[in-house]
Amino acid sequence: MTAAVLRVEGLRRPPLEPVSLCLAGGEILAVSGPSGAGKSLLMRAIADLDPASGAVQLDDRRREDWSGPQWRALVTYLPPVPGWWEDRVIDHFRDAHRDAARDLLEALALPGGILERPVADVSTGEAQRIGLARALVQQPRVLLLDEPTSSLDPAGTRQVERLLGDWLSGDRAILVNSHDEEQAERLAHRRLTMNNGRLAAA
Amino acid sequence: MTTIPLSTLDLVLAALLLIINGWISVRLDLGLERTLAVAAARMVVQLLLVALVLRMLFETVSPALTALAASVMVGFAGYEAMARQDRRLTGAWSYGLGTTAMLFAGVTVTVVALATQLRPDPWFHPRYAIPLLGMVLGNTMTGVALGMERLVDSLRRDRLAVESMLALGYTRPEAFRPAVRVAVRAALIPVINTMAATGLVFLPGMMTGQILAGADPMLAVKYQMLVIFLIAGGTGLGVIIAVKGVAYRLSDGRHRLRLDRLAPARR
Repeated sequence: MTAAVLRVEGLRRPPLEPVSLCLAGGEILAVSGPSGAGKSLLMRAIADLDPASGAVQLDDRRREDWSGPQWRALVTYLPPVPGWWEDRVIDHFRDAHRDAARDLLEALALPGGILERPVADVSTGEAQRIGLARALVQQPRVLLLDEPTSSLDPAGTRQVERLLGDWLSGDRAILVNSHDEEQAERLAHRRLTMNNGRLAAA
Repeated sequence: MTTIPLSTLDLVLAALLLIINGWISVRLDLGLERTLAVAAARMVVQLLLVALVLRMLFETVSPALTALAASVMVGFAGYEAMARQDRRLTGAWSYGLGTTAMLFAGVTVTVVALATQLRPDPWFHPRYAIPLLGMVLGNTMTGVALGMERLVDSLRRDRLAVESMLALGYTRPEAFRPAVRVAVRAALIPVINTMAATGLVFLPGMMTGQILAGADPMLAVKYQMLVIFLIAGGTGLGVIIAVKGVAYRLSDGRHRLRLDRLAPARR
């Protein structure tokens, strides 16, 4: 592990209690806890999708030094169910990213030609993996994964976990929410739990 | 021009037609008798008051009084547009945005028409300014209310899609674009349909009124065309301002979706 990639200090996003945490380069930090504990809210606050006060830094640069879109392209939140805004899958990838998308989708064992399919014909599990690919092609530094395998079967889950392991490097990090205890144990270098808006060591 | 004068008795006879509506309400147990009576009474009182006010305005031809009447009209139109919203913006925005959009659109279009096509003397002559503004406001209001309602509705319903885009680093204009398109389209369709159907499916009220009042049909039609063009222009202008305003208010400088700036639903 190397120097801190993401540093969060005194992040206030009611009803969560103030949060401080640090993600080292190459680290996967898992947060577990019951539904409604505030795990997603924490991620949304870090991604700057909800207003929150406190200090958040990437490398030693403050979040405010980037515009909102720049920040979120670097520190990318992935909801458990991806949203769609065009008719076909491929239209959700920028032109420059389409080749990379094909490779990623193949690595995730999705059928060839899925990019050309209408979104309406994509299964929940396929959608979840396409959502992951959509984030990865943009080469973020930090991934905030919210239940990234909740719609996947065990084989699909392994593929995602393997892909994330390959993606990780010294200047990247992952924060993952999971209520799958085994997955948290398998993936994470470090674990925290969230209960009633309060983050604590597992 | 020959106008057949209407006596009070003529109107009372016409009002008797409302008995049909009352009878339907009683027979079908609709419980609308009271509402019907109140609505009819309001219509009579409001129009009589308007007649008195217009008469006074036309006699004085005062710029201040004309401006005052125009402000009151814009104010009511703004209130109507707000009242039609199921989910309103919080604070001053709820009333202010629709009103601003209509003030800008209504006044711009009316002044342009007065300055270029009609050219009365003085240019603000209330006989021309007030009816024109009224026609433009009444129709712009529909578009503005529809556009605002649809944008709020789309953003709420497609929140996941909008936030997925934002989370991937798209900007707010990019992420809001699908919803903005839906809203502007919905708001402009009625005026486009009106243009297409005018003359075939219905005769516009203003034109009918002019013809009944003895005007040459060709002149009445020309006036109607002018008014419809003004309405179309005013609606376009008002809708863009209102929809862009809602989009601006429901997002912030950090390009976040801010549905928390909507007041809770009524009812």
